[in-house]
Amino acid sequence: MPLIKRGDEPVWKKREPLKQYAHWAGWMLGGMLFVWCWALISENTIWEFLYDADEQAASLIGRMIPPDWSITGSLMRPLWDTINIATVGTALGILIAFPLAFLAARNTSPHPALRAFALAVIVSSRSINALIWAMLLVTIVGPGIFAGMLAIALRSIGFVGKLLYEAIEEIHPTPVEALSATGAGRTQVLAYAVWPQIMPAFAGISVYRWDINIREATTLGLVGAGGIGLQMNAAINNLAWAQVATVFVLIFATVVASEWVSAKVRHAVL
Amino acid sequence: MLTLTGLSKRYDTGDLALSDITLEVPAGQVMALIGPSGAGKSTLIRCVNRLVEPSAGSVVLDGLDITKVRGGKLRQARRQIGMIFQNYALVERLSVMENVLSGRLAYVGFWRSFFRQFPSPDIKQALNLLERVGLETMFDKRGDALSGGQKQRVGIARALMQNPKLLLVDEPTASLDPKTSRQIMRLICELCREQQLAAVINIHDVVLAQQFVDRVVGLRAGRLVFDGPPSALTPETLTDIYGEEDWSVPENEGENDSENTNAAVPLDLAKPIGQGGHP
Repeated sequence: MPLIKRGDEPVWKKREPLKQYAHWAGWMLGGMLFVWCWALISENTIWEFLYDADEQAASLIGRMIPPDWSITGSLMRPLWDTINIATVGTALGILIAFPLAFLAARNTSPHPALRAFALAVIVSSRSINALIWAMLLVTIVGPGIFAGMLAIALRSIGFVGKLLYEAIEEIHPTPVEALSATGAGRTQVLAYAVWPQIMPAFAGISVYRWDINIREATTLGLVGAGGIGLQMNAAINNLAWAQVATVFVLIFATVVASEWVSAKVRHAVL
Repeated sequence: MLTLTGLSKRYDTGDLALSDITLEVPAGQVMALIGPSGAGKSTLIRCVNRLVEPSAGSVVLDGLDITKVRGGKLRQARRQIGMIFQNYALVERLSVMENVLSGRLAYVGFWRSFFRQFPSPDIKQALNLLERVGLETMFDKRGDALSGGQKQRVGIARALMQNPKLLLVDEPTASLDPKTSRQIMRLICELCREQQLAAVINIHDVVLAQQFVDRVVGLRAGRLVFDGPPSALTPETLTDIYGEEDWSVPENEGENDSENTNAAVPLDLAKPIGQGGHP
């Protein structure tokens, strides 16, 4: 931006000198903060525990191998519950998030008050982790799968709602203008000009959230909201590491399978 | 048929885009609206179908003041006005047929349109129009699989599906190559004459406009500064509309290599390009 004459030669610099110094000072402060944090963490670490960390890790892995396959059969039911919690919870979340997204998007919202309401719902859903939703819901509706499904749904509303309303705000406005100009009604414009443009994003967001929810649902058992997490928690409390390993392997296989399904869905809609 | 009276538009930013435009377009007349970028051409045609809210004045179409209606009445007024866009404004992920049929949305209910249950006269009309614009084999293609010229043809078919009385055309050729531009302009103007439609065509290409339209209106800084037949456009009137510029073109450009081809002659604005090569 500043063009300075040095003798006869024009010299061009990206920033004014003063701004450049401020820029350097900013980096310097950032570096100092990093070093200070490093020192603080080091002071508060009991290094004696770390000296034999490699032995501890080796010992833990040793106790996990080989996994105890004998419990696989009894884990199938909780695993099925976990997948159901994730799937039904995601579906419920999407059902609520879909209309909210249209209320929250600046270009489709019918009224600023409705927009503020929708945004408030989305933000409050997003600000609470699924595990915490589950803890609250276990107290309210009692332990079990139902609490887990509601927890997943409540967390998914914010995620799907936010990404979907951003997708709606990013559509090309001209097809919307063109269909409004034909005299089409509001809902017809949504169905013909907005929906086709957000459909790929909608499918992508939905399967992505489902994918995340499969992983989140595996932890919900820790607070009593059903699924395979309950068995994992019990195994950890009993120090039955071979059983914990079996749970890990099953979760891993499920996540890989869900990744595969998501990739297929995304490929199909594009 | 279309009468604008004292039409003005001041945007929220304070810019006066249109100032006291009074204009009458009779049925069946094809009118070009020319003027520099920012002169208010797009604002003017968008005020006619209220995509832009006029600040003052009236827009009367067949006795109905469009500036006074709202809701369902506005939609009924809009369905009599077809619109064609510079960037085609197709819904690219829908098929050609769906894009053309979307011109009928104002005539069918929500659920019928949602489940694509259009009445069979509409389907017949869509097929006829696709044949007329030369895309009869493309009805099942997706919008994004078409070339620019083909997209514009779909845009034209969609506008005509409304059975409009008036066409608003916003820079129909600005994104197209010269040959396709001529084909599209010819198609629009032929269709208007066949169906006795009035049309207001915003266009930058003055020579192209002169070839095809009945009347030219010039805008400058939101004011009407020219209104007359295409033949009345002279370098002086072009200067009134666009500002000072040398409105002549080099003679016989590229036609032969003789040394004296640098001589500039005034552009013969009334003569179609391609026939004027032999002075």
